[in-house]
Amino acid sequence: MFKGYDPGKFYDEMFSADGSVRTQCDPLLDRFSELDEEDFLMRKSNSELYFLRQGITFNVYHDEQGTERIFPFDPVPRVMPSHEWQELEAGLTQRIMALNLFLHDIYHDQQILKDEVIPRFFVENAKHYRPEFRGVDVPGDIYIHICGSDLIRGADGQYFVLEDNGRCPSGASYLLENRNALKRAFPKIFKDMGVRSVDSYPRDLVNMLRHISPYREGEPTCVLLTPGCYNSAYFEHCYLAREMGIDIVEGRDLVVVDNFVYMRTTHGLKRVDVIYRRIDDDFIDPVVFRKDSVLGVPGLMNAYKAGNVGLANAVGTGVADDKVIYYFVPRMIEYYLGQKPILPNVPTYLASEEKDLKFILKNLPELVVKAANESGGYGMLMGPSASKEEIEEFRERIIADPRNYIAQPVISLSRSPTWCDGAMEGRHIDLRPYIIYGSDIKIVPGGLTRVALTKDSLVVNSSQGGGSKDTWVLRD
Amino acid sequence: MLSRVANTFYWMVRYVERADNLARLIDVNQQLLLDSESLDSERLRGFWRPIILSTGDEEVFHSLYDDAESGEVIHFLTDDERNPNSIKSCIGLARENARTVRDQLSDELWEELNSLYLWARSAEATRLLVADPAEYYQRIRRSAVTFLGVAASTTLRNEAWEFMGMGRHLERADKTTRFLDVSSYLPDATEGEENAGPLHWSAILRSCGALGSFRASHREINDNNVVDFLVFSGEFPRSVRYCIEKLDVSLHRISGNPRGTFSNDAERETGRLLADLNFGSSADAFEVGLHGFLDSLQDRFNTIGEAIFDTYVLLPERIDVCPADESPSPSAIALWQMQQQQQQ
Repeated sequence: MFKGYDPGKFYDEMFSADGSVRTQCDPLLDRFSELDEEDFLMRKSNSELYFLRQGITFNVYHDEQGTERIFPFDPVPRVMPSHEWQELEAGLTQRIMALNLFLHDIYHDQQILKDEVIPRFFVENAKHYRPEFRGVDVPGDIYIHICGSDLIRGADGQYFVLEDNGRCPSGASYLLENRNALKRAFPKIFKDMGVRSVDSYPRDLVNMLRHISPYREGEPTCVLLTPGCYNSAYFEHCYLAREMGIDIVEGRDLVVVDNFVYMRTTHGLKRVDVIYRRIDDDFIDPVVFRKDSVLGVPGLMNAYKAGNVGLANAVGTGVADDKVIYYFVPRMIEYYLGQKPILPNVPTYLASEEKDLKFILKNLPELVVKAANESGGYGMLMGPSASKEEIEEFRERIIADPRNYIAQPVISLSRSPTWCDGAMEGRHIDLRPYIIYGSDIKIVPGGLTRVALTKDSLVVNSSQGGGSKDTWVLRD
Repeated sequence: MLSRVANTFYWMVRYVERADNLARLIDVNQQLLLDSESLDSERLRGFWRPIILSTGDEEVFHSLYDDAESGEVIHFLTDDERNPNSIKSCIGLARENARTVRDQLSDELWEELNSLYLWARSAEATRLLVADPAEYYQRIRRSAVTFLGVAASTTLRNEAWEFMGMGRHLERADKTTRFLDVSSYLPDATEGEENAGPLHWSAILRSCGALGSFRASHREINDNNVVDFLVFSGEFPRSVRYCIEKLDVSLHRISGNPRGTFSNDAERETGRLLADLNFGSSADAFEVGLHGFLDSLQDRFNTIGEAIFDTYVLLPERIDVCPADESPSPSAIALWQMQQQQQQ
């Protein structure tokens, strides 16, 4: 299967630069080599059928047939040795602790701003900063209960944090379903390799939800709030709600009475204690935020401020997703924890700093430029592959609004062998681990490995032609 | 359980049942057509009209088709997605409802419905409908029956189950009366030819899957016996009485109220109807005329359906304590965009 595979000049997850197999992949490669192509393809198409039958699909909109496609899945897993994962785990734990302390701080005393570690201007001008929530206490002082920090690997194999997703990170269901699919397709390989289980995720998630209930007595009622069944992550909402054994609700199922939240049931109103919300701040309460939102629950923010309902994630966490604030995370780690950051950021230039701005404008064709508050691969300039017009367009945008742009050198993401139209080829990947912060911090081993299926592309987002792989963290 | 979810379960099963019954209804008509002499187009129209009427879509039909030849009608009722009550549309709607409550369905149940949906949209299905329609309808019916079987063996006997049961039995009772009503429209069958009778009655029984059980309990196939069996039998699972009995049981399980009493309009209407069926016979039907009798049954089913909706869905939704500022209701596109924006 791997005949003629070329690792290229990149860091390859399976082969060293000299072409030898990395130790952790040895058994995997042996097994795969025993498979002939026909057998491999049969297993691959069985997995795809499994996804289709399970309805793990997304709709291709503006297509009259309403065609549903499966989220592309590559059956060659990414294998990670135990020591590598332990370091990532330590780095991510450190990072989410610092982010939480930062959020608590800026919504209370703002010591970090007073000490001028982060310029006040950046926080107060962050798009998702919610000054109206200053002084509001949240259960357990936890803000980011679920965090999806994207990790990438450079040419020498060094891991970097690319961005933090502290609002409503999605994709955990794909991580779990990829595992199910791969277990079915290659049960023997899986068993022989000693792969760490990911099954605990839904349990960790629901334990976290129970932990943030404002009431200590009795069994709390937790629900998952979804924007509705036409949202492309609806499959995930259903999947997680079912795995956790909690109700999935839409905004119209909830009502606020005297600052308590209730759901409308066939037997009248039933009180809700914790909401795992998959709706952004802007839409969650039309009384406080966007007036035109029909997805939210009028009065929810009052109930939340009164301490009568727990929300995961808390309101106002989006400030930590701002790519300018990202720049300061290593400083937060030093400021709050007195530690050196274990996982470095990608070197970042802030367009609002005069020296950096000059550098950015001079080197646009070599840099990646990102808008501070966009995600999903939008609002981005890939200098080396951009046209002159695109570069000029971004130059103007940056000059007009330097606060909202950052630039980074192009990191040539590591690659993993991926089945592409009849042959194994290297494709660029990243990793999104899911960190849960409740009574303690839990990270499910590995995470969702996203693959840029287009040759040479560095963009792994599903909206831009990305797929995914199972991630195998090995036992010691 | 959530009112919205209860409503979704109810409709999910109703749509599956509707697709199943429609497949049976088309099948019976095609069989009858084979037995009839060749009909001119006007009589052919008269022949298909009750079925189009039974799905309540006569206007839609005439806006889409000039002719009411068998081919057009069959396409309209089977796989025309412009008809919201075609078999294909019903399967799509059932599956859409299922998708909304996917978290509460067993994997097997979801897979059965999803497979049916994927199949109904496949090129294979389109080919089969042309090449071997009987096999096509057979396939739909088999899958619907499997769906119910899987539901019965994997669903908790909780409120969701009762709402599913109500959807199934109300739809089934309604469609059984539609099957019977086909006889009221048959060209010439009622005037003159004496022996046309048993032929169409046996076709109707067969499409209800009732022929075998009918023969076991009745000797002669005639209008009185068939109506007794399909409306008043307490044992045949597609008879109106049986379905209304089940509906009554479900309603009382949900409310916790003892049977024979009522705590809401749905229970009251169902109880009344059940009493009429328990103590009635085919003589009542023929006294007012079969068509009129079936019509009034259908009206009462509708009243019950509305009462269920009022009691369990509408009332809880009317509670609205924290009024939002007045804002214009957003367009469907704006709603869709909002739903899409919610992810990272």
